[in-house]
Amino acid sequence: MAQNEKTPPLKAETRNFNFHYGAFHALKNVNLPVVEKKVTALIGPSGCGKSTLLRSFNRMHDLYPGNRYEGEIVFHPDNTNIVDPKVDPIEVRMRIGMVFQKPNPFPKSIYENVAYGLKVRGEKSASVLDDRVESALRGASLWNEVKDRLDKPATALSGGQQQRLCIARCLATDPELLLFDEPTSALDPIATSNIEELITELRERVTILIVTHNMQQAARVSDYTAYMYIGELVEYGVTDDLFMKPKKQATEDYITGRFG
Amino acid sequence: MSSTPATAVSDRLSRKLSRNVRERAIELVLFLAASVSVLTTLGIIWILLVESYHFFEHVPLWDFLTDTMWTPLFSEPRYGILPLLLGTVTTSLVALAVAVPLGTVIAIFISEFASPRVREVVKPFLELLGGVPTIVYGYFALTVVSPVLQYFFPSLPGFSMLAAGLVMGIAIVPYISSLSEDAMRAVPMSLREGAYAMGSTRFQTAVRVVLPAAISGVLSAYILGISRAVGETMIVAVAAGMQPNFTMNPAEPAQTISAYIVQVAMGDLPHGSIGYQSIFAAGLSLMVLTLFFNVVGHLIRRRYREAY
Repeated sequence: MAQNEKTPPLKAETRNFNFHYGAFHALKNVNLPVVEKKVTALIGPSGCGKSTLLRSFNRMHDLYPGNRYEGEIVFHPDNTNIVDPKVDPIEVRMRIGMVFQKPNPFPKSIYENVAYGLKVRGEKSASVLDDRVESALRGASLWNEVKDRLDKPATALSGGQQQRLCIARCLATDPELLLFDEPTSALDPIATSNIEELITELRERVTILIVTHNMQQAARVSDYTAYMYIGELVEYGVTDDLFMKPKKQATEDYITGRFG
Repeated sequence: MSSTPATAVSDRLSRKLSRNVRERAIELVLFLAASVSVLTTLGIIWILLVESYHFFEHVPLWDFLTDTMWTPLFSEPRYGILPLLLGTVTTSLVALAVAVPLGTVIAIFISEFASPRVREVVKPFLELLGGVPTIVYGYFALTVVSPVLQYFFPSLPGFSMLAAGLVMGIAIVPYISSLSEDAMRAVPMSLREGAYAMGSTRFQTAVRVVLPAAISGVLSAYILGISRAVGETMIVAVAAGMQPNFTMNPAEPAQTISAYIVQVAMGDLPHGSIGYQSIFAAGLSLMVLTLFFNVVGHLIRRRYREAY
């Protein structure tokens, strides 16, 4: 995997990772590196397990009964095994942000949405909150659009703005890893290109793992791409290599549209 | 499609005709069923207004609204609704002080914390609580709660708005908790996931995200609770005493509007007398009060409605 590179520093990696929804074996021996301060895209047909893998990184599956992790997801630099039952999922989620498929702002004001994560972490100082909210909104390229109506309900924003607000909400807490679960599938083309541009900018400051069903999007925004099929990681590599000269026939069939 | 076009068309026409007749008949039945509720409401309002009109021919509306004495049985009767109104308001406030916090906490617990198994045990009990006849609650208040309260506060009289209000609160809890719980369970999972992904604990998710998202439903549950408390009759009739009392001190006995109507309807006053007609004026006041809360509830619901 990416052996042609001189092993770039990793932010996280899965080691022989398996996941079960009850009796259904959804992920099989996945070994995925996530390179630090880069964008890694997960692509593959519906039901291939890419979202399942993404949601394992912040232990989202813990919310539902009957799910089981097996193997390791190692988080660097402290080598914490994220899916170890002894590791507190809340600690994990404090360090890893997530942006969902459908924008899900909280039923609060714009300001309160962005301040939410800080308040949950115990931040009380109004001036610190003000500063962090502003810089998070700037980081999500939303500040100029909302600075005059921070006290207005977040649900009044457009879909694209809501999604950028959800990104700002994550940025406010300085996550080490940001997970995107098909973040533009509910958005129009203009909002989509805004988000893609934002993801490209964010790469400077945070490691990104993104699930997308849109191969052009993966090609546009990511540095590394992993192709998954029926719970298995078929091929992983530098995005340009994977799209230009895939090593496996299955990958080539998928990206050339012959299948999927 | 194998028959000749002519017969096929006439065939279909006749079938269409019979279908139309059937449809009309069904529509009529449905309409009549719906009219029953409207006509009943209008009928009640009509009777209340007509009988109250006769009452107000003898008692000036101003006296009715401002006099602080309600003594229809005295030789010189006075008809000031305020003592009864205060009785209703005080018992309702005591009840809400119990039912709102308890109902909300129970709703949060069942919706966000309880495992499916616990939920299956707790919910039937709540439904049972909601199904207990209020007269039973009334005697429970009088024979159990009142003596217990007197044990702690020896000066408390045997009939008190406190005992009646506390038990009324328990009686209202199931309404508030079940409606609030419905509202909270209707909050989309994506919102909870968002909260958890931000590092929230279960409690933070429930209180900071789910409850605000369900607030319109929860507030309407409160309003329904208020309406029920204001209209509640048997508990206060049995346990709060039957003396109109111009006070808001819950440690005193008092009569509520509804309890007064019971008293008169049981035959303490002769049919057709002004005193008898006074129950319609009292009933009208009660209806205006409930209507007011329903309108407020409607406005609140509109104001806080969240669109997902």
